[in-house]
Amino acid sequence: MAVVFQKTKGLTDKETHYCPGCTHGIIHRLVAEVLEELDILGETIGVAPVGCSVLAYDYFNCDMQEAAHGRAPAVATGIKRSLPDKIVFTYQGDGDLASIGAGEIVHVAHRAEKITTIFVNNAIYGMTGGQMAPTTLIGQKATTAPLGRDSSTTGFPLKISEMLATIQGAVFVERVTVHNPAAIRKAKKAIKRAFEVQIAGQGFGIVEVLSTCPTNWGMTPIKALGWLEDNMIPYYPLGNLRTPEEAK
Amino acid sequence: MAKGKVTFNEDICKGCGLCTTNCPVNIVVMNTTKINAKGYHPATISDIDACIGCANCAMMCPDNVITVERF
Repeated sequence: MAVVFQKTKGLTDKETHYCPGCTHGIIHRLVAEVLEELDILGETIGVAPVGCSVLAYDYFNCDMQEAAHGRAPAVATGIKRSLPDKIVFTYQGDGDLASIGAGEIVHVAHRAEKITTIFVNNAIYGMTGGQMAPTTLIGQKATTAPLGRDSSTTGFPLKISEMLATIQGAVFVERVTVHNPAAIRKAKKAIKRAFEVQIAGQGFGIVEVLSTCPTNWGMTPIKALGWLEDNMIPYYPLGNLRTPEEAK
Repeated sequence: MAKGKVTFNEDICKGCGLCTTNCPVNIVVMNTTKINAKGYHPATISDIDACIGCANCAMMCPDNVITVERF
């Protein structure tokens, strides 16, 4: 009998604090599996953000560092420049990366830092209780947009990957999702490629992963997967936006 | 004859049900007769003989509850 699926060594034995059905757990696993498969667990330093994934340092079985809100790319820059042989990644949510950390993520790409960012986009602020984020969809309800996001007063959802793909130093940009097994396999491939780009020293890589927030979206975990597919994917189209070959 | 063996680490299951969404033979269900250490109805297999060992359930699980073996 062959084991076809078991928990990766890239994760610790600690149970996550995430709500039932939150896809953060799947994304954590994919990153950890990639680190294990590339055999770089001992060489990797991750930077955790502020937000739901603030405790990510407890879950990844590699060295981790916590950063101030939105500043994970800046902290990662310091780590990578002082320890250039290490593999450095940041794991950030949309409230962290797309809002307070929007400046940091633009400039880490602009400086072409050789780090990898995993950007988890669930279109809402999760940890603080479901406030509107820059990525919240038009019409989507949040505690600070009880009638749904209105573009006349709050603008339009920010497409971070498209924005970063215009920056020359961002050599790998891809948007993926994790709402079914086929999508999860594709997401893992993209994350692996992003780390390979860093190992090859080609520049900055980011993978945006569309994620669910059943608790703050106010639906069951299974309905949340359907909501992601029906509402998020049309606005945030999946696919690769930039590869090192195109960036040359 | 089952082609796969699925083991659940029931006590860490959060009862979200994501594992039930993509089973090609529809045998992953929530065990509503049982409550685990966390207070949730854990996932289980209704008919292990039908299992094909595809690991879709484990792939969807956010909490690494499931281990899949194939004969």
